[in-house]
Amino acid sequence: MSEIALKIDDKEVKVAAGTTVLEAAQQAGIYIPTLCHHEKLEAFGGCRLCIVEVESRGWTSYVVSCLYPVAKDIIVRTRSEKVDKIRKVIVEELMAHAPDAPELVKLAEVYGADRNRFERKESFCVVCGLCVRYCDEVKHLNAVGFIDNGAKREISFIPEVAKDVCWECQECFTLCPTSYAQAAYLLTEALAFPGQRKVAAARAAKKPNKSRVIPIAAVPTN
Amino acid sequence: MPKLQSAAELEKFRAEILAKRDPAKPCIAVCAGAACDGMDSAAVAAAFVAEADKLAAKLGDKIEIRTTGCHGYCEKGPNVVVTPGDICYFEVQPADVTEIITATLKGEVVERLVYQDPKSGAKAVHMNEVPFYKHQTRLLIGDNPKIDPMRIDDYLAVGGYSALVKALTTMTPDQVLDEVKKANLRGRGGGGFPAGSKWETTKNAPEKTKYVIVNGHEGESAAFMDRAMLTGNPHKILEGLIIGAYAIGAQKGFMYTRHDMPRLEKHVRAALAQAKEYGLLGTNILGSGFDFECELHFDVGIFVSGESSALMRSIEGNAPEPRPKYIRTSVSGIWDKPSNLNNVETWANVPQIINNGADWFTSIGSEKSKGTKLISLSGNVVNSGIVEVPMGTPLRTLVFDIGGGVRDGKTLKAIHFGGAMGGSIPADLIDAPLDFDGMSKLGAPIGAGGLLLMDEDTDMIEVARYLMDFLVKESCGKCAPCREGMPQMLHILTNMTLGKGKPGDLERLEDIAEVTGAASLCALGKTSPDPLKSMFRYFKPEYEARIVNPAGGSGDTK
Repeated sequence: MSEIALKIDDKEVKVAAGTTVLEAAQQAGIYIPTLCHHEKLEAFGGCRLCIVEVESRGWTSYVVSCLYPVAKDIIVRTRSEKVDKIRKVIVEELMAHAPDAPELVKLAEVYGADRNRFERKESFCVVCGLCVRYCDEVKHLNAVGFIDNGAKREISFIPEVAKDVCWECQECFTLCPTSYAQAAYLLTEALAFPGQRKVAAARAAKKPNKSRVIPIAAVPTN
Repeated sequence: MPKLQSAAELEKFRAEILAKRDPAKPCIAVCAGAACDGMDSAAVAAAFVAEADKLAAKLGDKIEIRTTGCHGYCEKGPNVVVTPGDICYFEVQPADVTEIITATLKGEVVERLVYQDPKSGAKAVHMNEVPFYKHQTRLLIGDNPKIDPMRIDDYLAVGGYSALVKALTTMTPDQVLDEVKKANLRGRGGGGFPAGSKWETTKNAPEKTKYVIVNGHEGESAAFMDRAMLTGNPHKILEGLIIGAYAIGAQKGFMYTRHDMPRLEKHVRAALAQAKEYGLLGTNILGSGFDFECELHFDVGIFVSGESSALMRSIEGNAPEPRPKYIRTSVSGIWDKPSNLNNVETWANVPQIINNGADWFTSIGSEKSKGTKLISLSGNVVNSGIVEVPMGTPLRTLVFDIGGGVRDGKTLKAIHFGGAMGGSIPADLIDAPLDFDGMSKLGAPIGAGGLLLMDEDTDMIEVARYLMDFLVKESCGKCAPCREGMPQMLHILTNMTLGKGKPGDLERLEDIAEVTGAASLCALGKTSPDPLKSMFRYFKPEYEARIVNPAGGSGDTK
C-alpha cells in the first residue's frame, strides 16, 4: 500500500493511503477532540468537533477529520481561530443539554466555552449516537435506536429487545458522554418491563465468567 | 403500438401523427396544473368535454378538448387557451363553456373572459399580447398548453424525441457530452454547477455500472416549477435523461420525485410506460444498440431527501440521511456506483441543446449563465405563477413587467430568492440581473428559482423566523451544528418577534450562523443561516430595533 505524506500542525507525517486525517494525527501523537468517534465504530461525522482546517492546492476548507481521507501534500491545521470558534460554539450548544458532562467541561475549558450561553434544553442527551451505533455495529443487537428527526431526535431503547439483552450487556452506558444512555434504559425498564431485570440477573448469575460492565472508553480526566 | 425499431420508423410515425391532425381545427386546452386544479379546472374541462360531445353528435367532430399541464399564469386560473391563435381565457368557470365553444366555432372571441389591464382597461386576446406572457421566453414551459401529458403522441407532434434521434444516429456519446459542455448548461437545482463537467466525471469514473437521476424532489419553499414541468411535459425530461445516459454511458436511470402529488405520479408512470412501449426505453433503443431503463422513485416526505447524497441513500432503500461528500456522488453514489444527478429543469434543457446546438443555447442568457430560467413567482405579487425568462433578465422585468408589481398598491420592500436557504435583498437592488453568480454575490442566490416578493408591511425578523422554523422541522438531526444551532437561532428569533430580544442576541445569532454555516454536514445546515446573513447585511437596523434597551425600554414589536 502506498504511503502518503502530509503536514499536520507543521509536523511531516507519513501514513498509508486511505487513512483519515484523524487517524493520521493520532498516529503522530497530535490531539484532535472528538465526541462521537470510537475506534470500533464506523466514522459518523456527527459531532463535528474534530473539524480541522485543510489547505490543498491553495484552497482552505474545513472538514471533519474523522472522515476526511489523507491526500498528498495537504496541510492540516488542527487549531486556528476559526476551528476554535467552531468547537467553542458547538460545545456551548451541547452544554445547553449537558452542562456538567465531564468531556464537555474539559473541552469548555480548552475553547473558552460558556456553559450558560444558550437556552437550556430538556434532555441531557447530546445525540452522539455512540450507544445506537455500538449496539448495532459491535453487538448486532439494535436494542437502542434513533427516533424522530432534527431537534427532536433522541435515542430510545426498544422495550421488546431491551428487556432481554440490555441488563446483561450495559456496554453502552460507559460509552455515553452524559450518562443519558443509562438513564434512558432505566426509564424504559421502569415503564415497560419492571422486574424483568431480576429474571435477567438470575440468568446472568448462571454465567459466572461474564463481566457485566465492560468499560470501553475511560472518561477523560484533566 | 408496435415498438419503433429505428429512427426512420419514429420519423415516419411522427409524420403519420401530424398528417392526422388539422392545424385549423380548433383546440381548447384546459390547464390542469396544480393551481388551476385547486380552482376546480377539472369541472371546467369536464364541461368542455360534455359540450363538445353534444356538439359532435349534431355536427361531427369539430373541436378538440385537451387537458394539459401548467400554462404558467396561476393567478388567473383556471386558464384556457384556444388554438389556432393562442387566445387566452382566464378565470374560466363551467358556466362559460358553452359561450367559448360557440364563439370558437364561429372564429370569434369571448371578450369578457380575455385579459384586461387593471389600470388602463385595455384588453389582450392573444398569448403574445398578455403582459404576463409577452415578456417571457418560454422555451421549456411553452409546450405545456400543446400537450396532454398522458399522450406521448402529443409530445411527438411538437417534435419530441427528435433530439434523441439526432444524438443516437448522428452523434457519438463524446460529441453529445461536448455539446452540453460547450453550451455551458449549469445545474438548475440551486448550485449552478456546470452539468457537462458533472457528466464527464461520471463518464470517466472507472466503474462500468453508472446511474443517471432526475432530482424532482423540489422541496424548496416557494418553488413550484419543476413539478409543473414534470407533470405537464414528462417526456421532455425523460428525453433529456436518455440523451444524458447515452453520453455518460449509464444503463439505468431514476426519476426521484415527490410522493405527495398523485397527478405527477400518474403522468410520469404513463410517460415511462409509453416510452417503453414505443421502444424509447429498454434494449436497443431505436436500433442503436443503446440500452437504458428508467424507474420512478419517491421521496419520504422530508426536505433533506432532495439533497444529492441523501437522495441516493433513499434510492438505495436507506433513510435519507446526507453523507459527507469528500468523494463526490458523481464518482461514488448509489450503491457506490458513479451517479449523475441533475435537476428536472437541467434535464429539460438537454433536448433543445442537442437539437439547436450549443451556439444557439449560448446566444441566450447572460455572460456566465446561459439559456432561460424558470422562476416561481409568489408572495405579495399581482401575478403569481411560473415564469420563464432568459438568464440576465433584470429582476425589475420579472417583478413589474411580468409580475405586475406589488399587490394592493403597496411598495416593494424586499425580494427573496431561494426559499429557506436563500436570501433577501432590498427593493433598491431591483435592477440586478437574474444570474447565478451575480445573485449569489448579492446574498440572494437564485437557488431552484423561487422568487418571493415582500411588501412594505413585511417584518423581516418574522421572515427569518418563519424560514428557520421550516428548516428546524426538516433537519435530520445527525450533525450537531444543524440539530442544535438552528433551534437556538429559532429561539432567539422567536423571542425577538415577541418583543423579548435581549442584549447579546444579535451576537449569539451571528456566532451560531457562522458555525452552523461552516461546520454542518450537508447543504441544509450549511445554508440554513443564509437568509439570516442576508438580513444582517441589508436589514440590520430593523433587527437592532428589536433588542430590549438595557436601560429599561422594551423591544420594538412593530
